[in-house]
Amino acid sequence: MNAPAAIPVPVPLASLPRHKPGSVAMVDWSKLSEPEGRRLRELGLDEGVEVELLHKSGLLGGGPIACRIGRMIVALRRHVASAIHVSPAA
Amino acid sequence: MNAAPLVALVGNPNAGKSALFNALTGARQKVGNYPGVTVERHAGRLALPDGRPVELLDLPGTYSLDPSSPDEAVTRDVLFGKQEGERLPDGIVVVVDATNLDNHLRFTLQLAALGLPMVVALNMVDMAERDGLVLDAEALERELGVPVVATVAVRKRGLDALKERLGEVLKAGHKLREGAGAQHDIVVLQRRARQIATAVTVSETAARRWTHRIDAIVLHPVAGPIILLALMFIMFQSVFAWAEAPMGWIEGGMAWLSDTVAGALPDGFIRDFLVQGLIAGVGAVVVFLPQILILFAFILVLEATGYMVRAAMLMDRVMASVGLSGRAFIPLLSSFACAVPGIMATRTIADEKDRLTTILIAPLMTCSARLPVYTIIIGSLIPERSLLPGIGLQGFVLFALYILGIVGAFCAALVLRHTVTKGATSGFMMEMPKYQLPRIRDVLLGLWQRAEIFLKRAGTTIAATVAILWLLTTFPQAPAGQKQSEYSVAGRIASGIEVVVKPIGFNHDISLALLPAMAAREAAVAAIGTVYAVDNPEDAQGEATITENLRKRWTLPTALAFLMWFVFAPQCISTIAVTRRETNGWKWPMFMIGYLFALAYVAAGLTYWSAVALGL
Repeated sequence: MNAPAAIPVPVPLASLPRHKPGSVAMVDWSKLSEPEGRRLRELGLDEGVEVELLHKSGLLGGGPIACRIGRMIVALRRHVASAIHVSPAA
Repeated sequence: MNAAPLVALVGNPNAGKSALFNALTGARQKVGNYPGVTVERHAGRLALPDGRPVELLDLPGTYSLDPSSPDEAVTRDVLFGKQEGERLPDGIVVVVDATNLDNHLRFTLQLAALGLPMVVALNMVDMAERDGLVLDAEALERELGVPVVATVAVRKRGLDALKERLGEVLKAGHKLREGAGAQHDIVVLQRRARQIATAVTVSETAARRWTHRIDAIVLHPVAGPIILLALMFIMFQSVFAWAEAPMGWIEGGMAWLSDTVAGALPDGFIRDFLVQGLIAGVGAVVVFLPQILILFAFILVLEATGYMVRAAMLMDRVMASVGLSGRAFIPLLSSFACAVPGIMATRTIADEKDRLTTILIAPLMTCSARLPVYTIIIGSLIPERSLLPGIGLQGFVLFALYILGIVGAFCAALVLRHTVTKGATSGFMMEMPKYQLPRIRDVLLGLWQRAEIFLKRAGTTIAATVAILWLLTTFPQAPAGQKQSEYSVAGRIASGIEVVVKPIGFNHDISLALLPAMAAREAAVAAIGTVYAVDNPEDAQGEATITENLRKRWTLPTALAFLMWFVFAPQCISTIAVTRRETNGWKWPMFMIGYLFALAYVAAGLTYWSAVALGL
């Protein structure tokens, strides 16, 4: 709460402002099933990788999101996106 | 042992392997802009510059050698020499999407560890340039230690250089390393891949503006679903609106053929068989070629642009509510054309229960073979009047039948997922391809192949069914005062079936059409046509006669019950056969036949009884 303004606090990918890239600070693998975690790693998700929230589908905020992982655009369900914690670029 | 060397095309999904395969071998495998177009291995041949032949394998795309779904398992098995009836490849061509280097290189590194002679095809370099990305292929070759060739498969660029380098590496021997594959941590490989990607990138500017702009509209929370619905609606409307004229031409052609044959042959058995049996029966089905091609054209264009994955994403929530994932939307949408490729496309679904459920409901999607049946019954027995300006009752009934199939499928999925296919869902995680303009040549080729399949089917399965049916309805000749369609062999079989289906409002004509419809649904139209032809041999042939006879002999409740039967009934031997193959046994196809026939019987019955009660 009293974090200095210079150090951005990691936020879940699903709550990141759109089109504000950041880098992956931490992935809470325990929130993901084994196949989900594996596929996510195969799609290039890793700590330090640049990610960006692009689009959210669904009226009441329930549909999958589209995000950029490195150079690839990937559609993910919300619960997966909320396990990915991102440090917004300063 | 002078067999041609075996070379496999491997790489991430949607890297352009099938396009490269087609360019190298002259084959016509299906290409599309979404991950998972290719779900099985295909073989072809090519000649190296020195004339040596090579057997080339096109494999399903995969992200690693640790498969998540049945299609990816094929690739792993081939590369480890475990695929039945397949020797270990003598070399591999790794196809890499130049616009997605850091991810695709990770898998390349994993493949390099297999120790097979390999060449990297740095594909889609034109797309990379369009994205403002300049790559150094020679630097990549130095970093990887294997030959790298820049290619553009769809424009046949770089093919000669690729063949030359392939010839060079094949001369060196190879051996699969002990315990090869999965010996490297994926995260370590990914970091190394990113380093290489950075090292070989000469320059890079802001990219993918078009894909972003289009996605901002088609994935918009409000506009997105509306656009998807509108696209579906336009698709089904065009099937009717645009097909009318070409259908008229085919009808005209068939009438001419019928008259010519009738005029050229003397009265008698042969003439009746050809004119009333074969030409009338096959003609009644061939007329629907334009509708089927229009439907396919829509689906092919959607697949080629990259919109399919967006549609899957938009549908994910709805699909999740019945225990499926958005991934299942792609096979289900292709099932509108035909359930057979639709069921094969389910191989990309990771979870087994999820996949099985999708297979079991795929036949409920209104396939193109039902169109002839729906069109003729609706055209004959549903009054032609407007519900609202611009929306006719006939068109509305047709749309309702499509919706009913979809709703039925969703309800079935919900029930199945809570009973026989209970289990976890596989989630939804999909790579979204960049948009591309559809290549006219690919779309036309896809349409041509579909037309070939349809006409071949009309010329074989349907012609044979119609011929047998005509013989069975013509003999023995009925004595005066008795109806030929009832006295004949087929008529007597139909009378047996009628006992079972009479309670749900089916008449003798329908009972007679049900058996040939099992061979192919469209054959029902031909069968009804044959019945009227043998009962009134003096009549002219053609759709008009079928329509007039339907109006005379059928009531509205019967027609509605018949339509309802066709929404649900699993009347297609090919679908049952492909289900048996994809589920490895008779258990699930039998279950599918059982539950769909039960649904069809109940739905047709309820429709008939309600329609009668309402006095329709």
